[in-house]
Amino acid sequence: MLKKEITEILEASRQNGWVLEPDAKALLRSYGIGVPRFVCAVGMEEALQFVLEHGFPVVAKIVSPKILHKSDVGGVVPGIESDEQLHDTWERFSKMEAFAGMLVEEMGFGRELMIGAKVDEQFGPIILFGMGGTEVEIYRDTVLRMAPLQEKDVSSMIKNLKAHQLLEGFRGSKPVNKEALTKALLAFSDLVMDVHESIESIDLNPVLCSPEKCVVADARIMLRKPD
Amino acid sequence: MNFQALFQPKTMAVIGVSLNNDQHPANVVFNKNHLRYPVKVSAVNPKGGSLQGEPVFKRISDIPQKIDLAVIAARADHVPEILSQCIAAGVGGAAVISGGFAETGRTDLQDALVSMARKADFPFIGPNCLGIYAPTIVDSFFLPIERMVRPDPGNVAVVSQSGGILVDQMLKFKEEGIGLSLGVSIGNKAMVREIDLLKYLEKDPATKVIAFYVEGFAKGEGRDFVLAASRCPKPVIVIKSGKTPGGSRAVSSHTASLAGDYEVFSQVLAQMGVVEARDELELISFCESLSCYQKPVEGKIGIITGSGGHGAMAVDVCSAHGLLVPGLETREQEKIREDLSRSIKTIASLGNPIDLTGSAVDEDFVSTARHLSTIPEIDCVLMLLLPYLPGITSDLGARLSSIYQKEGKALIAYVPHVEKFRMLIEGFELNGVPVSHSIEAAVLMAEALRRCQPC
Repeated sequence: MLKKEITEILEASRQNGWVLEPDAKALLRSYGIGVPRFVCAVGMEEALQFVLEHGFPVVAKIVSPKILHKSDVGGVVPGIESDEQLHDTWERFSKMEAFAGMLVEEMGFGRELMIGAKVDEQFGPIILFGMGGTEVEIYRDTVLRMAPLQEKDVSSMIKNLKAHQLLEGFRGSKPVNKEALTKALLAFSDLVMDVHESIESIDLNPVLCSPEKCVVADARIMLRKPD
Repeated sequence: MNFQALFQPKTMAVIGVSLNNDQHPANVVFNKNHLRYPVKVSAVNPKGGSLQGEPVFKRISDIPQKIDLAVIAARADHVPEILSQCIAAGVGGAAVISGGFAETGRTDLQDALVSMARKADFPFIGPNCLGIYAPTIVDSFFLPIERMVRPDPGNVAVVSQSGGILVDQMLKFKEEGIGLSLGVSIGNKAMVREIDLLKYLEKDPATKVIAFYVEGFAKGEGRDFVLAASRCPKPVIVIKSGKTPGGSRAVSSHTASLAGDYEVFSQVLAQMGVVEARDELELISFCESLSCYQKPVEGKIGIITGSGGHGAMAVDVCSAHGLLVPGLETREQEKIREDLSRSIKTIASLGNPIDLTGSAVDEDFVSTARHLSTIPEIDCVLMLLLPYLPGITSDLGARLSSIYQKEGKALIAYVPHVEKFRMLIEGFELNGVPVSHSIEAAVLMAEALRRCQPC
């Protein structure tokens, strides 16, 4: 059974074909998957209120049902340090197509990983885990498993990455928090099993993993096209 | 579905024989079974008459005894009617050899067969296939018997979407001394599909290894198949064709572009402990190795040879496959050395790979293999034998095999496959030890034992 909140988010997004980032993050959070603190500001006051409470730096992202690839249109501004910068960004975003708000969130730090899902024609829901970032398709260092994941699948996924040493701590860098990572992957697997009939694919990229925690910095949920 | 009648028939009908063309596929099937197999075979053609001095029945219901297996080789548009007659006559199951169904766009004809058969719980193989090859029992392949290369009866079952691939693998089984328990070409797999045969073969006492050639699964079918295969206590090997996507589809998500159809297929198989053979050499090597050993290993390889070069090459191939070749402690090396013959005691290098040198004799290989078979640092022994060395005799294969029988540690041999070394090779093969024809294939045989477990 889908939780009511989830059903509502998916239903509301159906028209766009994908779930807006603030909604996607709310969904992840409801499964206990870490996301940065954020506000989806529909007015400048909310944005200012957020930085007043949580401080700088922040990242601002365009929220628009017409803009799926935010960075391609300059819709992601990391490292904002001042009210002024925040204001300028708001001004610029508000002129973009179908502007629906500005997501303001705290900057995350850590190793850039990726967690994903797709519904495969032959094998059903599949989970992907690997090295993340904007160049994932170049390095292609990812591992796939059929969902639902068991704990042993998660450790085998981590072990099977070419760059797994980077997660174990490499040349002085500290290892990422494996426990948090495992928890995130297992929770994500639960989510995927709950929503696989409604989705086509999910990209959580990057997922920022540090020695302390793992948070999903960006999330994209593509919905299944109606038959 | 009950497959007993299909794969172990005592009686059989070949439907669609020609009265004037002996090359007709149905006639080939009738002739070979009539002359070469214990199954009691009857011919059917609506015109009646006689064939090879035997009566041709006008309808299946005219045959006096109950028929286990019907082989149907009539024109596609006649097949639904024939199938319904088979069901009415209480036939046990059918192989529909005829083409002209879904593969040519006639899904209607194929659907008609399926709905009829489902209702009657009547198993049929095909259509558009070669059907069943059950060694010493029955053969529905429309290939003249003198043209076929038939492997010996054994414990590997092969299920193939393609008939051509199956026949070709049978030839390679024969060449490599791998025994076959059952070969099934399932063609369009309209009713009987991979998963049905997996479940049958899992319980078949003659089968120890199940190999599949798969082109693709239907929606959700791959999931059911791998879950069933992961529960199967026998090793399951799958080779897939169509690994590269036809055209690049525009995908809007990273995951969709990174998790292509084949990547998913390959990694899910590994996750579930299904052994994926990536090419033909792997398929044959895996079948041979797993037909002898079904217990997985971690992949700690001990290499014994009479040639330093072979040892070094084998180490390279092992390392390329992620198999370990752990060095042996001095204490172990000394124990091995104690038992070596005087002429090589001081010149053999025993670190692993173990090079017993060109002066080694049978006894040196036997004592060294016995030693490696008892230490926990090694879980699989590769024996690279060069029979042109003067100290090696034809008895060595059988002698080394008995070490496996006693110690239970996997032993894999490499012997060049030429006729003059046949007795040495058979000494291994007939005593349950796999023999490869190359160093690469020997390593693949070890790899199979590591891959037959969830990754």
